[in-house]
Amino acid sequence: MAKSSLDKKFDQIRKREEEKTFSTKKRSRIVNKFLNNRLAVLGLIIFTIIILASIFAPLLSPYDPMRVDLRSMRQPPSFDHWFGTDSTGRDVFTRVLFGGRVSIFIGLGSAILSAVVGIAVGCYAGYKGGWIDVIALRISEIFMSFPQIILVLLLVSITGQSLFNLMAIFILTGWGGMYRLARARMLSLREEEYVQALRSFGLSTFTICYKHMLPNALSPIMVNITLSTAMFILTEAGLSFLGLGVPLNIPTWGNILNVAQDILILQNYWWMWGPVGIVISVFVLCVNFIGDGLRDSTDPSQQG
Amino acid sequence: MKKEILKLRGVKVHFPVQAGVFNRIVGHVLAVDGVDLDIFRGEVLGLAGESGCGKTTLGKAILRLVEPTDGEVKYISQDDDETELTSLEKKDMDPFRKKLQIVFQDPHSSLNPSFTIFGSLQDPLKKFGIKSKEERRKIIGDLLEAVNMRREYMDRYPHEFSGGQRQRIGIVRALCLEPELIVCDEAVSALDVSIQAQVLKLLMQLKKEKNLTYLFITHDLSVTEYLCDRIAVMYLGRIVELCDSEDLYNNTLHPYSEALISAIPVADLDKQTKRIVLEGDVPSPVNPPKGCPFHPRCPKATDICKTEVPTLKKYSTNGNEHYASCHLIDLPEIS
Repeated sequence: MAKSSLDKKFDQIRKREEEKTFSTKKRSRIVNKFLNNRLAVLGLIIFTIIILASIFAPLLSPYDPMRVDLRSMRQPPSFDHWFGTDSTGRDVFTRVLFGGRVSIFIGLGSAILSAVVGIAVGCYAGYKGGWIDVIALRISEIFMSFPQIILVLLLVSITGQSLFNLMAIFILTGWGGMYRLARARMLSLREEEYVQALRSFGLSTFTICYKHMLPNALSPIMVNITLSTAMFILTEAGLSFLGLGVPLNIPTWGNILNVAQDILILQNYWWMWGPVGIVISVFVLCVNFIGDGLRDSTDPSQQG
Repeated sequence: MKKEILKLRGVKVHFPVQAGVFNRIVGHVLAVDGVDLDIFRGEVLGLAGESGCGKTTLGKAILRLVEPTDGEVKYISQDDDETELTSLEKKDMDPFRKKLQIVFQDPHSSLNPSFTIFGSLQDPLKKFGIKSKEERRKIIGDLLEAVNMRREYMDRYPHEFSGGQRQRIGIVRALCLEPELIVCDEAVSALDVSIQAQVLKLLMQLKKEKNLTYLFITHDLSVTEYLCDRIAVMYLGRIVELCDSEDLYNNTLHPYSEALISAIPVADLDKQTKRIVLEGDVPSPVNPPKGCPFHPRCPKATDICKTEVPTLKKYSTNGNEHYASCHLIDLPEIS
């Protein structure tokens, strides 16, 4: 009797299983699931391109982002200057590349550092509960109740504009959100029976909450890291636009946008603010796609 | 000769009830309210009772997953050394954590979804001194085979298993440090009946092989009948009857146990059983009734039940010890 195609398939599978060629150790589940998400992969590709372009900026552009060239002021885009030049003759394309270095560093750096602080405090306090939790909660509320911009004004007026002041403020105001997220997850996870089982073995608090519970709390935190990266980049751009962020001589995406304050430039010289605006939007969008992809792929209850 | 492994004396677990703006403590949930119980080496002690009567809390209090408010939990080693567990410091508990383990009710939340089976089981082994990875893999592999699963399963994730398989993995986890007593907290309640039988059979087989003692917490008296040597019936945080399991079914002393037993379905069409239907719910453990806690629902309650709290007294049925706490038992009390 002829075997149906389904039977044949099963036979093949069985044969491979018997020969143990049926590899069970493939790429990790998370990587596989991430690669199946088209938008996330697209986001990752563009994200990588922008980051690499910023890192290797000196190789990609013959110009110096700081050098003033008064002979080529406010030139529209051309083969020599892809994004044109600004009011002092500096190449906008070069400035966008170099600006990316600082902007991405501020965005990613503040997001990751505030996540590290938030997770470290949130996991421990959420798992332990009691007075540690109450104190941490109140402290985070104090930090979150200050508007960021007031803090920036305060610090800028005391210590002057600097990149690290800005990052310190982002971390101070940003860790509260991460802390609350981590804490909320821990509060529900600590009632799970596998946590009780670990406690019944008398394992240390650190092992239980950072090694065994944290991976289950991580997926919303990952998404939040990417979202706040985007948010910090936008805030940096906004603050620099107001002249409160990074000192104006350092090129950042926000500082480049700063020129659009002038109504004349806004109306007549679109290349000075248009391309950098698009780069910011695209980068933020990509980061959000990656965040979405990460959330779906790290959620262990979702299969696929 | 029967030797105790655990002695509970006056164990109480009270949870504070907080209310108002300043979280004032307005009362206590008397989840476990003074339990005296001896568990003997090698026996299966059933702990039965309806939802909310404190069975699980008592089980967890033994392992100090819930801190007892009051009372003593004494562990007696094989060489008759007594240790009081509730007053020990956290780190001094470790040697006893090895001896006392627990199997949980819900197979879906009892395994960590982010780790493989080996990943989540290896830390306890590491903590208790098994340093090499091969050795840990061997121990877990052997135990998986002991519960009729394949050795390779240790590298799989929990979502790849069915409920019954997960429950067996839960048993592997409880067994991995070679404990002496296992608290089975409704270990089969979440499984369907055919799988229940399979897991129960496995538990009994493991008990024989490894000389285990079980404290079997359940609300299903038909399961206890099949498994247990002795049964303790709990009501509202107290033990109301404690005896050999045969005596519980044949010479029931407490009216609450009678009602529970009458609720067991019998697979015999000719046999007519009289259902004793209890009115109402378990009273709130925040504010238990005066007198006998069971009197508002007891079909036989008299005036004395409303005022005096009965104590657990010793009687004899069929020549066996039989404890019950009821005013209305007309057997001679044994001192």
